[in-house]
Amino acid sequence: MASGVKPRVKVPKTAAAGDSITIKTLISHKMESGQRKDGDGNVIPQSIINRFTCDFNGENVVDVEMKAAISTNPYFEFQAMVPEAGEFKFTWYDDDGDVYDTTKKIAIG
Amino acid sequence: MELTRRNVMIAGAGALVAAGMPMQAFASATDDAIAAFTGGAEVGAGDIAVVAPEIAENGNTVPIEVSSETAVEIMVLATGNPTPGVATFKFGKLAASRSASTRIRLAGTQDVVAIAKMADGTFAKASATVKVTIGGCGG
Repeated sequence: MASGVKPRVKVPKTAAAGDSITIKTLISHKMESGQRKDGDGNVIPQSIINRFTCDFNGENVVDVEMKAAISTNPYFEFQAMVPEAGEFKFTWYDDDGDVYDTTKKIAIG
Repeated sequence: MELTRRNVMIAGAGALVAAGMPMQAFASATDDAIAAFTGGAEVGAGDIAVVAPEIAENGNTVPIEVSSETAVEIMVLATGNPTPGVATFKFGKLAASRSASTRIRLAGTQDVVAIAKMADGTFAKASATVKVTIGGCGG
């Protein structure tokens, strides 16, 4: 599932220093659960994103370990503290070894 | 039996109950997952909450939210799924609140359980029952 994976992240452009902000993330991925069967009755092997992390200037915000019960196109919403201007880094780890990442800058204002 | 609206409703309710029964069989897998997370420590009620819809039309995407004041880690389990594990949230230094929302798959009507690991190494548990109309595990 190396193609067609598109991470989308919603982060406010500015925040007051020390403020908490809400971050929403979504990544397009099939999250094949390993429970489904194809037309011939063969089990489709599991292929999911197994880990998601969010860091701000190298400091961890959340680290989520994901199992097959997470829905298609995994969505997460959480709160982060913004002590200073900087960059959020979002990383998703696929079962097949692929790593998808995206960054968002935030200013103090 | 005459096919009246009332009879159809009764038959439907019976089928739902029957379908709910095998879900209990997976309960031991849930206990194993909890034991693996807590290391066998006592799990009481406490500072943890699960928000989930009472009825989910579609088991493929059920929105849930877990929240706590002080937890450092929250594990979510779906007790009636073929494999109970859903996700484990670890909150870092810059997490403003110990809460997160996501969307999960549920195979059928069941309890969604959240276990919170507190900073002092104790554990707390909360659960919510979700009625699922259409299961989300393919088939």
